[in-house]
Amino acid sequence: MHSSLWLTFLLVVPLAGAIGAALTRKVEGRAYVVAITASFVELVLSLVVAFLYNDHVAQTQTFDFATRHVLAAPFGLAYDVAIDGISLLMIVLTALTVLLALLGARDRRQEPAFVAWMLLLTCFTMGSFLAHDLLEFFIFFELTLIPCYFIISQWGGRERSKAALKFFIYTFTGSAFLLIGILFLGFAHQHQVAGSALTFSYGALSATTMSHGTAVWLFIAFAIAFAVKAPIWPLHTWSPITYAEAPTAGSIEMSALLAKLGTYGLLRFAVGLFPLALVTMRPVVLTLAVIGILYGSMLACTTPDLKRFVAYSSLAQMGFITLGVMSGSTIATVGAVLLMFNHGVITIGFFLIIGFIEKRRGSILIKDFQGLQGPAPIMAALFTVVMLASIGLPGLSGFVSEYLILIGTFATHSWWAVVATFGVLASALYLLWAYQRVFHGRAEGANAEIADATTHEQWVLVPVVVLIVVLGVFPKPVLDRITPSVQQLIHHVAPSGVNK
Amino acid sequence: MAHVATLILLFPLGGFIFVLLNGRHMSERQVGVVGTGVVVVSFVLSVLCFVMLLSHSSREVTVNLFSWITVGTLHVPAALLVDPLSITMCLFVTGISALIHLYSTGYMHGEKDFRKFFLYMNLFVFSMLLLVLANNLVLTFVGWEGVGLCSYWLVSYYFDRDTAASAGKKAFIYNRVGDVGMLVAMFLLFSRLHTLTYVTIFARVGTLTPTVATLVVLALLLAATGKSAQIPLFNWLPDAMEGPTPVSALIHAATMVTAGVYLLVRMSPVLALSHSGRLTIAIIGGVTAFVAATIATSQKDIKKVLAFSTISQIGYMVLAVGVGAYSAAIFLMISHAFFKALLFLGSGSVIHSLNGEQDMRKMGGLQKYLPLTFPAFLIGWLTISGIPPFAGFWSKGDVLTNVFDQNKALWVLGVLTAILTGYYMTRLFVLTFRGTERFREDTGGHDPHESPWVITTPLIVLAVLSIVGGVLDLPWIHHDSLAGFLSPTFGYVAAGGHADTLAQYGLALVDVAAAVIGLLAAYSIWRNIWESSRYESSFLEHVWHWDDFYDATIGRPLTEAAQFGDDVIEPKVIDGAVTGLAVSVRRSAEGLRKVQSGFVRHYALATILGVAVIIVFLVARVG
Repeated sequence: MHSSLWLTFLLVVPLAGAIGAALTRKVEGRAYVVAITASFVELVLSLVVAFLYNDHVAQTQTFDFATRHVLAAPFGLAYDVAIDGISLLMIVLTALTVLLALLGARDRRQEPAFVAWMLLLTCFTMGSFLAHDLLEFFIFFELTLIPCYFIISQWGGRERSKAALKFFIYTFTGSAFLLIGILFLGFAHQHQVAGSALTFSYGALSATTMSHGTAVWLFIAFAIAFAVKAPIWPLHTWSPITYAEAPTAGSIEMSALLAKLGTYGLLRFAVGLFPLALVTMRPVVLTLAVIGILYGSMLACTTPDLKRFVAYSSLAQMGFITLGVMSGSTIATVGAVLLMFNHGVITIGFFLIIGFIEKRRGSILIKDFQGLQGPAPIMAALFTVVMLASIGLPGLSGFVSEYLILIGTFATHSWWAVVATFGVLASALYLLWAYQRVFHGRAEGANAEIADATTHEQWVLVPVVVLIVVLGVFPKPVLDRITPSVQQLIHHVAPSGVNK
Repeated sequence: MAHVATLILLFPLGGFIFVLLNGRHMSERQVGVVGTGVVVVSFVLSVLCFVMLLSHSSREVTVNLFSWITVGTLHVPAALLVDPLSITMCLFVTGISALIHLYSTGYMHGEKDFRKFFLYMNLFVFSMLLLVLANNLVLTFVGWEGVGLCSYWLVSYYFDRDTAASAGKKAFIYNRVGDVGMLVAMFLLFSRLHTLTYVTIFARVGTLTPTVATLVVLALLLAATGKSAQIPLFNWLPDAMEGPTPVSALIHAATMVTAGVYLLVRMSPVLALSHSGRLTIAIIGGVTAFVAATIATSQKDIKKVLAFSTISQIGYMVLAVGVGAYSAAIFLMISHAFFKALLFLGSGSVIHSLNGEQDMRKMGGLQKYLPLTFPAFLIGWLTISGIPPFAGFWSKGDVLTNVFDQNKALWVLGVLTAILTGYYMTRLFVLTFRGTERFREDTGGHDPHESPWVITTPLIVLAVLSIVGGVLDLPWIHHDSLAGFLSPTFGYVAAGGHADTLAQYGLALVDVAAAVIGLLAAYSIWRNIWESSRYESSFLEHVWHWDDFYDATIGRPLTEAAQFGDDVIEPKVIDGAVTGLAVSVRRSAEGLRKVQSGFVRHYALATILGVAVIIVFLVARVG
């Protein structure tokens, strides 16, 4: 058992960074330096935690770094943190995302408020992934809305206020269901255990017994909030406009990272707490996931701009993740957790490159581009790597996760897996077509004079490319950390179920 | 041996990485030397490995490299399987690749992306070797996708040409359709046998039910039709001729497109379980061979003729697999690699001499200007037509004899295809090298000139191989030749007695007769003309309108559906429903709809108040 101080540091560093950045005056990008330093320290910390976690791989209880302090007993409010192999990857992703998003948004280095919101967002997201208590999770989960709202509405595109509002209403409405569900569950648990105080501790609540009907209703309440966040079809319509209107750094945070709060929540809480509901709800959510894969792929073919394009392709990818999360198979669930991370990295890559192109041309409309591979071969090569990972080319990261999801799901729910396999075909279709329209052909006019990726831009993308290649060729260390935790979760959900 | 086998793989990969990292500082010549050198080394190592395998006690050596994917019961190692089949594939893949790399140093001279070309070519060789050396289906899939990717890059090599960009994409997408089959086959096998390693699959294959076995075979067949350009997924290959000619020779004739046949042969123990599956394979192969041959008779582009000829020849290989004649399929694969690479490289030499002209109507009479290309091409022409004693006669004869044993109807189709083969190849040969000179416009009035030695040397080597290639597997020494060497790899060899010697002579006679009929027919027709609507059909020229059919039944409906989704479903139906719900909720909450800008603040406040009320309520209940 490691000290929980590590996790506390993970929360304090971005918070301190945010305060520090907010206090600096608007000179010479001092806030930016503070922010980069803080997020770099955060990334190093998260990697140290990931490295230390290895010691516990073989143990039966896979939660580590745990501590619990009750803050306000009558309300059941507690500071309760712990991580396992599932949250571990999300923590690293959180730290990585903010660092790369900030590095990619160098043009905002004169704006302390922007970087402060970014760091605050990191702190809250980190809190959500560390929380081992439902109320605490909910508070952090809700708090992430505030920085997001301001990042979109202050620094977004032309329709930013509309986008911010849509985003806010969607997610806030979803959360209302979640809050009711959490309170109900805590209350029910208190009634079952004679003389216990009100608690929202994950460990305690996961032992709550309930009827099948109650489980289904609670599952639905939880799932709606997470389905909006992910997004899962058909609750996705906030995401294209939001990703398109948000500043690039905001799009990165929301699609690469915050979306994972949805699928993480679905796995940890909706699946983990309500095993009884799964018999009824599994086919429903699996079907929505498969529809999302095909529907997202279809709209990615026709959508006019590059950021919406990533939004719809993400809808398809989130469909794959949801498929794995709901499959009830260890292999597929491990694949889903890995895909949460891989999709995060891939999306960071996509949005960074689109941001670089937007900065040069002031447009993200696909029809404005042609033949960029001629004048900008390095940019094209970097985009190609990210694209191929997204297509699921074996040897790159996307393949391992997608393959695990499909082969695992096939063992438990064959037909859903077979239909989803066509998503593999569809992703090649929409990505290669988009690539052809933007990068192939003869470059003329402004397209012919576009500058290739600068050294700084290339360096920002190096971690993305390295992660894509390394996790494609040698995913073992990561898989070894995820697998025991997933096995435990699957075992808890279906104690009698064979380890498929 | 483990190290040698690993090095076969690592050299091309090393060449790729080296040029990737240092390419900017290297001259064209250095890149050519490195790119070709690593493949030559790889070939030498393959020979070494082959010799070691011959003297090895076990003909099946597994080389474990590292653990790639391990989750629960799924264990996928990065490991190689060195056995007669994989080493045979290695030998001809690296050998042909080395020759074509050498050829490319001359052919691609002066292209602006010369380095990138060799980068892709080395990566291709690595992927192809990984495909054949992998010891499990997933690792084979890595190579399978890798060759597809390199093919995509190399077909759209001239990316500023729209046709090239589209052709590359088409190749990748068609292959992906096949990949769905490969994935489903893996899912089925893993869910039933809990392994994806070849040797273990074959050990446990007896537990598969007949239905599952048939499904697996059909899924594998779908995969093979994508990669090996068979019906219904064959029409990407002609478009792939947009790539530079060495690419057409290496990837789209000699090596990659035979991967589907390799996969089926590798999985022969599973094929053995399903009679209906094998029959389907045989029919697909036989029909593809015939259909592609008919199309080849009416094409005007020299590379398109060769592309359809490739499809047709692979059809023969698939047909051989379908009737259980696995060694015949591999024999034809190797000899086809020799003569088809020869024909493509020869046509490249022709195109080179005519400044890029590919239309046969603008060729003719080249015989006297290309003193080395001409005899090499002549040998290629006779070999593919099936004239003895060249390699094509023996290998095609081996296939047709086996088909005759199993299925008379398909044998007739095979012989008809042989007639067509003699016909379209003779037409191509006559239009290119004989008759009147029609190329002066392209050459600006000058005489075409023979290509440099780096281009002609590979031609000569391949011509020699085409002449003597038959010795790999002569009918009367089956047991001491290729067939005998490969036989431990196959789980199942066609049942039923082999044709006796007399029948074999009879069948050989039929083959030769078929070739000669086609040859004479074409010669008498095309000797003096170069365009004739009587002997060319627009239906055949337009590939039986296969593309139009797909476009009408799949392409356009899907595009319309996507557009409908974008215009109606997304904004009106889904977003409309959610927004409508939100609006009606908002209407009922009177106080919140006054000001849009203050909405969020009000909403947040209301929520906090609401939460406070609930908490107070809870606390009161608890207290």
